[in-house]
Amino acid sequence: MSDITLNVASANPEATPRSAPITVVGPVAWMRENLFSGWLSTAVTLVLAYVVIRSVVGFVDWAFINAIWWVPVDARGVAQTQACRALEGSGACWAVVTEKHRFMLFGTYPYEQHWRPAIVCLLFIGLYIVSALKRFWNWRLIPIWAVTLTAIGVLMWGGVFGLPYVPQERWGGLPITLILATFGLAFAFPLSILVALGRRSNLPAIKVLCVVYVELIRGVPLISLLFMASVMFPLFLPEGMNIDKLLRAQIAIILFAGAYLAEVVRAGLQSLDKGQYEAADAMGLSYWQKTGFIILPQALRMVIPPLVNTFIGFFKDTSLVLIIGIFDLLTAGKTAIVEPAWQGFGVEVYVFVGLIYLVFCFAMSKYSQGLEAELNRHRRR
Amino acid sequence: MSDATVDPRFRRKPPKRPLRLSWADERIRGIVWQVLVVGVIGSIIYWLWSNTVHNLEVRRIATGFGFLNREAGLPIAEHLIPYDPTDTYLRALTVGVLNTLKVAVVGIVLATILGTTIGIMRLSKNFLVSKIAGFYVEVIRDLPLLLQLLFWYTVMQGLPGPRQSMNPVEGVFLSNRGLLMPALQWEGAHTAAVLASVAGIVLAWLYGRSARAKQMADGQPRRIWPAAVALILGLPIAVWLALGAPWTISWPALRGFNFRGGMSISPEYAALLIGLVTYTAGFIAEVVRAGILSVNTGQWEAAQALGLRSGSVLRLIVLPQALRVIIPPMTSNYLNLTKNSSLAVAIGYQDIVSIANTTLNQTGQAIEGIAIIMAVYLTISLSISLFMNWYNARIALVER
Repeated sequence: MSDITLNVASANPEATPRSAPITVVGPVAWMRENLFSGWLSTAVTLVLAYVVIRSVVGFVDWAFINAIWWVPVDARGVAQTQACRALEGSGACWAVVTEKHRFMLFGTYPYEQHWRPAIVCLLFIGLYIVSALKRFWNWRLIPIWAVTLTAIGVLMWGGVFGLPYVPQERWGGLPITLILATFGLAFAFPLSILVALGRRSNLPAIKVLCVVYVELIRGVPLISLLFMASVMFPLFLPEGMNIDKLLRAQIAIILFAGAYLAEVVRAGLQSLDKGQYEAADAMGLSYWQKTGFIILPQALRMVIPPLVNTFIGFFKDTSLVLIIGIFDLLTAGKTAIVEPAWQGFGVEVYVFVGLIYLVFCFAMSKYSQGLEAELNRHRRR
Repeated sequence: MSDATVDPRFRRKPPKRPLRLSWADERIRGIVWQVLVVGVIGSIIYWLWSNTVHNLEVRRIATGFGFLNREAGLPIAEHLIPYDPTDTYLRALTVGVLNTLKVAVVGIVLATILGTTIGIMRLSKNFLVSKIAGFYVEVIRDLPLLLQLLFWYTVMQGLPGPRQSMNPVEGVFLSNRGLLMPALQWEGAHTAAVLASVAGIVLAWLYGRSARAKQMADGQPRRIWPAAVALILGLPIAVWLALGAPWTISWPALRGFNFRGGMSISPEYAALLIGLVTYTAGFIAEVVRAGILSVNTGQWEAAQALGLRSGSVLRLIVLPQALRVIIPPMTSNYLNLTKNSSLAVAIGYQDIVSIANTTLNQTGQAIEGIAIIMAVYLTISLSISLFMNWYNARIALVER
């Protein structure tokens, strides 16, 4: 090999090494390959590029250039939205968000106490980040959750440490969404593990109970469960005993999420090699030792990505409590535009609320994708 | 070792141990656990049940489905079967079920088409096409469906009123009263033509089957499409012509404050359909993409090496293999779409949940109302699962 190169080089001593033609490497080649590889591809690219540029320019015009960010408020506290109405949809009226963002985020919580739900939201986000870190995937996670959730309860209710008491009916907005999702998860996850184990049990009565529970819940929409929680639950309880509406919705969400998560966990249990079960049996471990030390640690690790995907779905589904009139983030957004001054600016409000949901869900989905890649790399070695 | 082929250990049954009344016996432990769990859950259910019976007595609510025959008195804007507020609750609920099916069936068809298109777009070699599809999927899947429905409904309400309605094509009006289109005046001849076209499809399928059987026997490919076109299109046209070819178009026109005539799609239905279809399509796109990616490239290359045309490669080699991966998650997406259609109640489309909810508010029959909702969805879910399981079993890999 080296001889040949040497010979060629010596045959043309004046030849200098030339760079490859731009049609083979570099941005031009990339565009030829990925955008203009044939007449059809070229036509599609040109049409799409036109559509994309038009929509981006249109969106920028609407959202930024023609937008109104602030409107005056008269002496009676009524916003003067004539300027926004004059736009006739050619620009966004972000003034509704500027004016109402505290209401959308924290609902009817006492205005001067808004720092408390704000800290609660930060605590929730911190809790999510800590739970996402692999370093904390051990027993320490349980006290961390217990302490944080207690702190959140203290901050929201108050009544101790000099914080004024705030009744549950005044809570609203983002904290409600995060409470429903997080507490739902904290209770549904252990429930789902028990149900998944029960569904794979040899004991017929337990197996039948678990199958009926999972299939019944998965066969009906979440709304019917929420309706059940709001109109049928009071009938279930003894006279005089009454459970708060938020707690009833929370129970419905836990039962709902438990059934879906149980199916994900069951998939993990099934994908585990039979030899693991047999080896544990051969070592003389009891059922709970076998499950706790051998089966669950491996099975749960395997289903983390689909679990995170279920969490995302479940986070979005908490918005359904709007239908039974619980004041979560979406309900707060919808209520903000009931006021006559702000009627007709729904699009702006939904864009704002949607961005909040998007940030949470997008972070979770990116995390799940990263985790999946990492777990697969480990498996491939 | 008298019998060399069968290991004698497998011929012998395991010894039957007598049940020992001790915690060390696994079967005793199993029985105790089951009795315990069933007992606890049974007593909880009994407690809830007795509370409910007591509460119903105190509140003087009569249980039972007798209310179904009472006059409903609730107006329903959209109904597929004739309905009047003086009809019974039973009829109102039937209208609700039909409205749910109307949105679910159309939604499933449209979501499958849109989702498959986006899934294939995401695999395109064209950078722009795949990125746009990827962006769509990421954004649509990360927003709550209810938010999207409210958004679309707000957009619909933001359209101009009937007098200033948009009129892109002659006879088509878009306003905050919905979309109005010219419609054919339906007559008996049209029903006959539709039936003839169904018969034509069945006949064409039978013809195709026999042609394929003959091809299997002698190896000669036969042309199917001329006969198929004649059967599927020619037959209904012939029937329609034979019955006098009725052809009256009803045009929508503005009378006073609203439209008369033509065919209309209400803003509620449109918002619900757009929301459900765009949302579910995002999930279906991912299913389709994963399905196509699951087919080994070697399969494409081997099919081309055999000299098959590209259409045949897709139809005969790739799709059958991709469908095996696609069908099970597709089923759960169809089920989700159907269950999600219950969100109609939030934007005022009168589906079964909405009508049952009004019914239970009017009559106070909470348990019956929710039982009806659950029964309807369980039936629909079960039917879709059964059909898709049958289809899945049909296309599943037949292993030797």
